[in-house]
Amino acid sequence: MPHISLSNLMVAYGNQKVLQNITVDIPNNQITAIIGPSGCGKTTLLKTLNRLVDLYDEIRVEGEVRIDGADIYDPKADLLNLRKKVGFLSQKPYPLPMSIHDNITFGPRIHRMNRKELLDQIQELEKHIPIDSLCPNGRQEETRHSKTHEMAYLVEYYLRLAGLWEEVRERLHAPAAQLSIGQQQRLALARALAVEPEVILADEPTSALDPISAQLIEKQFKTLKNHYTIVVVTHILRQARRIADYVIFLYLGELVEHGPAEQFFSSPRDERTRAYISGEIS
Amino acid sequence: MHWRQIKDRLSAKSMILAVAFANSLVLLVGLGLLIKSIPILEKKSLFHLLLSSNWHPLRGEFGFYPFIVGTLEVTAIAMILAVPVCLLSAIYLSEYAHHRLREIARITVDIMAAIPSVIYGLWGVIVVVPFVCLLGKWLNTPTTGYSLLAGGIILAIMASPIIISVSLEVLRTVPIQAREAALALGTTRWEAIKHVVLRNAFHGILSAVILGFARAFGETIAVLMIVGNVPKVPTSVFDPAYPLPALLANNYGEMMSIPLYNSALLLSALILLLVVSAFNMTAHLTLMRVEKR
Repeated sequence: MPHISLSNLMVAYGNQKVLQNITVDIPNNQITAIIGPSGCGKTTLLKTLNRLVDLYDEIRVEGEVRIDGADIYDPKADLLNLRKKVGFLSQKPYPLPMSIHDNITFGPRIHRMNRKELLDQIQELEKHIPIDSLCPNGRQEETRHSKTHEMAYLVEYYLRLAGLWEEVRERLHAPAAQLSIGQQQRLALARALAVEPEVILADEPTSALDPISAQLIEKQFKTLKNHYTIVVVTHILRQARRIADYVIFLYLGELVEHGPAEQFFSSPRDERTRAYISGEIS
Repeated sequence: MHWRQIKDRLSAKSMILAVAFANSLVLLVGLGLLIKSIPILEKKSLFHLLLSSNWHPLRGEFGFYPFIVGTLEVTAIAMILAVPVCLLSAIYLSEYAHHRLREIARITVDIMAAIPSVIYGLWGVIVVVPFVCLLGKWLNTPTTGYSLLAGGIILAIMASPIIISVSLEVLRTVPIQAREAALALGTTRWEAIKHVVLRNAFHGILSAVILGFARAFGETIAVLMIVGNVPKVPTSVFDPAYPLPALLANNYGEMMSIPLYNSALLLSALILLLVVSAFNMTAHLTLMRVEKR
């Protein structure tokens, strides 16, 4: 069963419809790219998946968004649990106003996870992605004995998972705002991973970054997709070609076409898709 | 040179002049007060003037202590009453309220700020003083109602608009991404506000409070009307007090033949000016730092 399944989704700001008639299943453990010209509703679609659209005034959502079978717009839906399960990376990273270390531990602390839960969470994840596989230069001694301090181990594990550990290991207690913007985005990734989501939503996660950092983020996504379902909004067609397994093409708030990336790019069915891919419209 | 270019230069120069004039006023006022207060500073030590409780102008004793204590206490009461209520209102308006309610509240707050202080004073006499009198009776502390507490209540009301509107502005400058970042991790609204929004806005809110403090500290007429004006150190909130601004407004221009009286009053004006300017400056410097981010 797919994690995320949309049917007849309609979203409007006031009287203006931004999305209509969206019906699509998002495949598990793949990278799904939402593409389309700017202003076509990509970000809105992404933010309906973790109900961040709730923050906007006069937003109206109709239709169904099911995550693991439960309608997340049900008035009785558990919003906190939803957002724990569905992590989010914004376009411009926003480091929480605290240290690098505390940015990572913020989520687990908010959810009041105890020592055992933390250890279980890491052990479960390590079955899929062992920490040694994240250490290109071999693991240092310190990581092993810090396993007794589960928070320290958690911080290291997720920073490694986001590809940031080597750059910040010496200054974990420095304010996160001191990091470069590329590092901040990887910190945001680590922070989102630390609450152990099943889905990661990313809103043009590389658009504010330099090419090297962008490449790092793409690389992390490819590693992470085996264990997480990833949905990326992008307006960069080449990025979608590089990383996407599945593509959703939106045009003026409508779902024009969706399908496996290979088929989508090689033999698009809709005229608008063909025009968009060939660069005639953008 | 063309006439248009000359006009351009002239307008630029005249604007500089206007700015320079307006800004030098602060210095001129301060300088004037300083010159006038020199005579008393030559006779008595500043330290003695600030800490002595004897206020007998006819005998040449000018102790400002009761007035300073009165000012501080009435301001402190005002802040204790105003700050929690104002911050909670600002947080509600910024984070929870519908934007229409926020706009309506903004207008109300602006009107509150524009009400002439003498009207607050009159309202204080009609409503707050009898209320404090009743409260005193109920607590077995006989009081006329003209007291520190009444002054504090009125000042709290008068300082509220600035505290609310500045903190509201500051909270609105916190980017929506800050809230998204926290909420996306599964925090409740309040957790997002407490850990991220308020931390982000801390300096700005601090300046809002300081600006409110400066307003309360220097407010004259409304306080004068209800605080009782007895030059004695008050022992309870139901006692009358005599803040510095009230002292000046009540006495300047009368009994000026008493030697040094004039100079003593102007020294207290100078002290008031310095304290209020210092608070204002701190607040603005902090706000500037907030804006730079």
